[in-house]
Amino acid sequence: MLFQPINRNYHDFSIVRDKDLCINCKVCVRQCSYEAHYWDEARQRVMADSSKCVGCHRCEALCPTSAILIQKKHSDFRENALWRPQFLKYIYKQADSGGVLLTGMGSPVNIPIYWDRLLLDASQVTNPSIDPLREPMELKTFLGAKPQKLEFTKGKDGNPKLKTKLAPQLELNYPLMFSAMSFGSINFNLHIAMARAATELGICYNTGEGGLHKSLYKYGKNTIVQVASGRFGVHRDFLNAGAAIEIKIGQGAKPGIGGHLPGEKINAMVSQTRMVPLGSDAISPAPHHDIYSIEDLGQLIFALKEASEYRVPVSVKIAAVHNVAAIASGIARAGADIVAIDGVRGGTGAAPGMIRDNVGIPIELALAAVDQRLRDEGIRNRVSIVAAGGIRCSADLVKAIALGADACYIATSVLIAVGCTLCAKCYTGKCPWGIATNDARLAKRQNPEVAAQKMINLVHAWGHEVEEMLGGMGLNSIESLRGNRDKLRAVGLSETEMEILGVKHAGR
Amino acid sequence: MKAPERYYDFEKDISGCGVFGVIHKKRGLIPGDLPIRSMACMHDRGNGLGGGFAAYGIYPDLADKYAFHLMCDNQAALDKAEDVLKHYFTVHLSEPIPTRKVVTIKNPPIVTRYFLSIKKERPAEVRELGEQDYVVGAIMHINHKVPGAFVFSSGKNMGAFKGVGFPEDIADFFRLDEYKAYIWTGHNRFPTNTPGWWGGAHPFTLLDWSIVHNGEISSYGINRRYLCEHDYLCTLMTDTEVVAYELDLLIRKHGLSKEMACKVFAPPFWDEIARMPKQEREVYTALRMTYGPALLNGPFAILVADNTGLFGLNDRIKLRPLVVAEKGDMIFMSSEESAIREVQNDLDRVWMPKAGEPVIVHLEA
Repeated sequence: MLFQPINRNYHDFSIVRDKDLCINCKVCVRQCSYEAHYWDEARQRVMADSSKCVGCHRCEALCPTSAILIQKKHSDFRENALWRPQFLKYIYKQADSGGVLLTGMGSPVNIPIYWDRLLLDASQVTNPSIDPLREPMELKTFLGAKPQKLEFTKGKDGNPKLKTKLAPQLELNYPLMFSAMSFGSINFNLHIAMARAATELGICYNTGEGGLHKSLYKYGKNTIVQVASGRFGVHRDFLNAGAAIEIKIGQGAKPGIGGHLPGEKINAMVSQTRMVPLGSDAISPAPHHDIYSIEDLGQLIFALKEASEYRVPVSVKIAAVHNVAAIASGIARAGADIVAIDGVRGGTGAAPGMIRDNVGIPIELALAAVDQRLRDEGIRNRVSIVAAGGIRCSADLVKAIALGADACYIATSVLIAVGCTLCAKCYTGKCPWGIATNDARLAKRQNPEVAAQKMINLVHAWGHEVEEMLGGMGLNSIESLRGNRDKLRAVGLSETEMEILGVKHAGR
Repeated sequence: MKAPERYYDFEKDISGCGVFGVIHKKRGLIPGDLPIRSMACMHDRGNGLGGGFAAYGIYPDLADKYAFHLMCDNQAALDKAEDVLKHYFTVHLSEPIPTRKVVTIKNPPIVTRYFLSIKKERPAEVRELGEQDYVVGAIMHINHKVPGAFVFSSGKNMGAFKGVGFPEDIADFFRLDEYKAYIWTGHNRFPTNTPGWWGGAHPFTLLDWSIVHNGEISSYGINRRYLCEHDYLCTLMTDTEVVAYELDLLIRKHGLSKEMACKVFAPPFWDEIARMPKQEREVYTALRMTYGPALLNGPFAILVADNTGLFGLNDRIKLRPLVVAEKGDMIFMSSEESAIREVQNDLDRVWMPKAGEPVIVHLEA
C-alpha cells in the first residue's frame, strides 16, 4: 500500500482477537480511547486497527470473554546493534512531523539500575533479628532542618525542658510521600484519592504545579504545595494551605526544560485552580525567571517562608544532574529545609523523549553523592533529603534510606497501583485507565474511594515489608538505617561506582 | 570533617561478652580481688581473646595528673611515643606498669605509664585548644601516627588494664590484686574473629571515660558517619569506640546530662512519647529528631564509668543481659547474677533494669 506513510505498519503492538471467544459485545470499542477497536458495519463484527494500539491493555483487562491478547508486533527489523528499531521509528515519525518526539512516564531505556546491584544485610547469631509482629518497629520520620545540638533548661517540676527552638517539620508515619503530579496532568478523582490516602496514612502528597482545588484544602495537613516556574495556582491561601511548600526547580524526566499542559486538558475546574484561561496552553518556563542563581533561590525560599510565617518547611526539588552534590549543598545553605532529588528515571506527564532518556543521572548515585557531601561539609542536619525517580518496591525504598535518604517520593508506583500500565501516552490526554486525562468520560473510570484504598494498601504493604527488612537487620527504628551504608553490599559494580555509593562489594 | 578516602571500607570486630562493674558510693576502696573473682565466674562468656579492667581511685598521690597507659610493640615505638608525649606534656613520673609473668599470656607488649600535666609553653599548633581537646589530640597523634604505640588509658586517678587473654589471666599479668579502687569495671570478650591485638580489648577509654560493652551495634554504619561529621574518626572497628566518642560528643561537647545521653542511646518508642505530658513529649521528640543518627540500635549492655560515677544501660528491647544489685553503699552491675553472688551473696536488692532504662550511680561528694 504505497499511499500509506512509511511508518504506517511499524507499530509497536498487535491486537490478537480470538474469533471463537469474541461475542462482539463492543466493550473494547467503548474502552479504547485511541479507537484501535471499531465496529465494522459491513462485516457486522468488532475489528481492530493495531497501528492505533498504545499497549495500555485496557481492552484486554475488560474483555468479558478474554478474547483479546495484546502482543508486541512480531515483524522485526533486521538486527542492528546501532540502528535499533526505536531509532528508525523516531526518524520516520520526525520525517513526517518535523516535531519534537513527546512521551510520558519514566525512561524505559537501559540505564543501569543500581538498586538491582545492591543487596541488604540480615542478622545471624551475633545479633538477633527482630520480629516486627512481636516487637515495636518504628518508621516515623521528620523532614526539616534539625539543630546541631539541643539545649535544655530545668522545668518547674525539675524535669528537663526543651530550650532549643526547632525548625518546622513534616511528620510522616512512613518514610514515603506521593510525589508531585499536578491537577491537570492527572484528574481530580486521583487528587482526591491521593489527599485521602495521604491523610489516612499519615504521610503527604504533593500538589505538583497545578495549584490546589479549594475543596482539597481540608487535607492541608497532608499536603505539600508546589511552586514551580509557571507559578500556576500560587496565591496566599494556597501557600498557607499545606504542611510544606516545595519550590520545583527541576524534574528527573526533563531536567533543564519547562512544562507544557496542552489546552485540551484545561477544563473549567483546571482553569480555575491553575488560574489560567479555559482551553489555553499552560506553559511553565524552563527556569524560574526570578532565579538565575543560588542567591535568587535563597530570596524565593525566604519570600515563601515569610508568606507562610515560618510555620512550614520549604523544600527545593531538583533533577539529579552532574553537579548535584554541590547544588544540593548550595540549596541547604540557601535556607531550604528539605532537598528533593529526582533521578533520571523519574516519571512525567509529558516530556521530550530525547531529554527523558538522555539527560540527568541515576538517583542512586546522586543520592549517595549528596548525602556524603552534606556530611563532609557538616550540614547534613540542616536539610532533609528526599529521593525520587524510579522507586519500584519497598526494597528500593530501604536501599535509598540506607544510602542516606530521609524519605522517598513515589508517583509512578502510585499510578500503577490504580491501574496504570506504563503505556507512556499520558501527554495525549486520552488515558484509557482514567488517570492522565480530564475527559469526564474517561476520568470517571477512577473512583476516588477505590483509588484511595489501593494507594493505602500499597503503602501498608510496603510498610510491612520495610519493617520485616529492618527487623531482619536487627534494627527497630528507621533512623538507624538512614545513611547506614554498612547494611548494603554491591554485586558486580566497579570500584568507582562503589566509591560513589560508599558501599563495599559483597563478600567483603 | 570530610570523610577520609575509603572511609566506608571497614571491617568491624564482632563479639559477645561478659561485663561486670562495682561502685562504692562513698569512695570506699574495693580490693582488686573482688572484680577478678566476679569475672572469673563468667569465664565461659569469653574465649580467651580479650579481657580487661578499669579502676578509679588507684593513683591518689598523683590524682591531678593525666595517667597515660601505653602499650608498645617494641622499644623504638615506645621511644617515639615518648617524644610525642614530651612535645605536649610535662612528665612527672614514668615507669613500667608492674606485671608478672603468666604462662597463658603470650608475647605481651611493653606496657608503660606516664603521669603528665599540660606544658606551660604549649606547642604553637595546638595552643588555642581547650585542655581536654588538647589531651585528646595528643592521644590521637600517638594512636594514629606512631606505629606500634597505643595509649589505652588517659584519665586522672584511673587506669585501664587490658589485653589478649581471659580476664583473670590479664588481672594476674597486671597484678590487679595489688590495687584498690572505688569503681571497678571488668570485661570478658568472645570475638568471632581473632584480631589478637591488645588494644582491641575492653575497657575502651577516653580521658576519664571507660566503657565495657557486651553487644553488637547494628546502627554502627550510621553512628560512625555521624561521628565523622563531628570530627571523630572511628579507626578501631569496634562498637565500643562509637559509644566512647558519642559520650564525649554528647556529654562533654553538647553538655547533655548522663540521663539524656542514655536516652539518645536508647530512646523511648514513639508510642510512649505520644503518651507523655507535653513538656516531656517535646523533649523526647526533639531528642530523637536531632540525635537519631546517634541511636545505638541492636543488642547491647554497656557499663560506663568516669570520675563521678558508674552507669549501666541496655538497648531498647533488652537483647543482652544486665542485672543490678545493691549492698549498703555498693552497687553491682553484671551480665550474670552469679558473678555478683560469687563475691557478695547477702544482697539488699537485686533487679533487672528494664530495656532502655539507665541505672545511674553518682559518687557522693
